[in-house]
Amino acid sequence: MTILTEGKDGPVILTPEQVEEFGQALDALRARIDADLGERDRDYIYKIIKTQRGLEIAGRGLMYLGFLPPFWLAGVAALGVSKILDNMEIGHNVMHGQYDWMRERGINSREFDWDTVCPADQWKHSHNYMHHTYTNIHDMDRDIGYGILRIDEGQKWNPYYLGNPVYAFLLMVLFEWGVMMHDLEADNIIKGKRKWSDLKPLLKGQARKAGKQVLKDYVVFPALTGPLFVHTLAGNAAANVVRNLWTFSIIFCGHFPAGVQTFTKEETEVETRGEWYVRQMLGSANITGSRLFHIMSGNLSHQIEHHLFPDLPANRYPEMAPEVKALAEKYGLPYNTGRFSKQIGSVWAKIFALALPDSLVKRAPKPGVIVMRNRKATEVGV
Amino acid sequence: MVGLIDLVQTLTTPHPLDRYLELVSPALTARELRAEVTHVSHAVPGSVTLTLRASRQWRGHAAGQYVQIGVSINGVRHTRCYSPIDPESRGDRYIQLTVKAHPGGLVSNYLHEHAKPGMVVDLAPASGVFALPEPRPEKVLLVSGGSGITPVLSMLRTLDAEDYAGQVTFLHYARQPEMVPHRAELTAIATRRPNFRVEYRYPVEPGTVVNGETSTGSGFFDYDELERVAPWFADAQTFVCGPPPLMRAVQTIFDAEGLQDRVHSEEFTLTTVPADPAEATGTVTFSGSAVAAENTGAPLLEQAEAVGLTPEYGCRMGICFSCTATKVSGCTRNLRTGELDADPDKQIQICVNTAVGDVDIAL
Ligand code: FES
Repeated sequence: MTILTEGKDGPVILTPEQVEEFGQALDALRARIDADLGERDRDYIYKIIKTQRGLEIAGRGLMYLGFLPPFWLAGVAALGVSKILDNMEIGHNVMHGQYDWMRERGINSREFDWDTVCPADQWKHSHNYMHHTYTNIHDMDRDIGYGILRIDEGQKWNPYYLGNPVYAFLLMVLFEWGVMMHDLEADNIIKGKRKWSDLKPLLKGQARKAGKQVLKDYVVFPALTGPLFVHTLAGNAAANVVRNLWTFSIIFCGHFPAGVQTFTKEETEVETRGEWYVRQMLGSANITGSRLFHIMSGNLSHQIEHHLFPDLPANRYPEMAPEVKALAEKYGLPYNTGRFSKQIGSVWAKIFALALPDSLVKRAPKPGVIVMRNRKATEVGV
Repeated sequence: MVGLIDLVQTLTTPHPLDRYLELVSPALTARELRAEVTHVSHAVPGSVTLTLRASRQWRGHAAGQYVQIGVSINGVRHTRCYSPIDPESRGDRYIQLTVKAHPGGLVSNYLHEHAKPGMVVDLAPASGVFALPEPRPEKVLLVSGGSGITPVLSMLRTLDAEDYAGQVTFLHYARQPEMVPHRAELTAIATRRPNFRVEYRYPVEPGTVVNGETSTGSGFFDYDELERVAPWFADAQTFVCGPPPLMRAVQTIFDAEGLQDRVHSEEFTLTTVPADPAEATGTVTFSGSAVAAENTGAPLLEQAEAVGLTPEYGCRMGICFSCTATKVSGCTRNLRTGELDADPDKQIQICVNTAVGDVDIAL
């Protein structure tokens, strides 16, 4: 098998042996970090949790002074940051099983639930399983467009996509609700690929979870501030939206900037572990930034490392990144990274460009991956 | 109280209230049971006695039962079972544990070296059927060996505290006299109560003098020994806890006498790692479905499917955690890292773990 990557200076050809070596080098890196996990990681995640809980309490408290605009704003900021930390550096990562090895009840993928309307179990299915196993494979990874958007040229254009920027904007503002609906695969219902009856348990779970979230943010906490009911309600809604804008932006930078590759089912049938790693690498993109930026993004600014090692604690990605980057360079594979403004700009450019039929837009130079398969099934291993 | 906790949890949703309280103080919890170490004593070499003050959720223990203690060692929480050694139903929240530091015993060594007043540990409610029955039997024989002394010590102290009027014999096997925990107290009880008999054996060759005390009898448990210390044993309830050879010796004699329903036992087992972990031996039991099959060395997910079970799974390559199941007992090997794990009651990803020897999975 050969993997052909179109680099700036022409195609890069990896022999099966090189793919294998690449995979082994990553396995070795993984093993090294795995063996080193301990007290330090525990301290880290507890420190983040403590910070998040502190900000949450501060935000709720500040709402009692919500009639004064600076306090209202500070409250929204504190609560917004608390929700971002809860969803990203804590929730996303804990529910990936990154801290399961600690065997703590409160930070365990089986038990943890996050401060959004999406129930943990449904998210774990659509994200941990579907998205992380079938990353960037058309018709398998539903994160390509979320069943709503056209985000890759491989999706056939139709007039519905003229509204692409509008859908993207709405998805951004209402992101937590979009994430909640993700596992329903509503587009497949419309297409008749999925039965209504499949949805019943999912809808039930969503009603239960979303009901509690709505009750807390839009009824109980506002009521607890008495005459400031409306102020608090607006503040809580604003905090939720702040979180939505941010998480949407970070997440879309992970797989949709220019230079990221998508795959077909045929190309990726029965992969070796090395090939799986190559696909994860080609299909993800990083964002450069400060330590605080990485924490606020749940280290999804290290999307490449996250996709190679989704179950290793995210606070280890920064120290793994230089090694991963060096490996990518060694094998001539692209390591997609850039400033936040560059990555998010490129995402929105794509959203706009793909709204139009292909005949009207200049095709972006596409770094294609050609996978030639002539292997026996016995050569394939996990 | 419960209503109030629910109400407050509406505000902390989706996180349980305890996840906030523990950040204030680890011993402060609304629902979860914890305990704080209040006193540490190293009176007996190689073992440590801890006094714990449980949080208000503690419901006490019956003499002979065990509790689970959880401590965090290098970032990982490990739990182990220990029997409280104090008498039952003291009506307070104090529990005493004597922990022997086993060679290679992670938790026992940690507690032996690091337990200090103020340390907070996880605690699970007392459980186990190895307990002194209500009402108390008319005659009681207690036999223990090594660290198996702990549950029977609780029984003896309970009977003492209750001014028990029947016959009690306590027979304990140890390597040396100084290895017997709470020896002074045992002697005090025996002196105070004529109907209580406390005997120690240090099984070396009969007649050998060990540190000034002469071992009597054969040194090991046998029929003659039983006749000597508790001639009334056929009318008694007998409780045994100790290493497997002692348990077998007791069981054999009681079986031969047709008294198997009068003897109650609890074994303190340690899972040992087989010499060659790559070799597929032993039996894989899926205790939730009551099926078992010979270990094939394949990932446990495949082994479960081979016997007709349909566990939940996703990626089948160790990344999504859909297949996580509880390993009740036994040793497993991670197929990706080669890491062995012999801890009981642990969550494992069955798609990338296989059995090393006998393993029980709750599926
Ligand atoms: S099936 Fe995905 S981790 Fe086991």
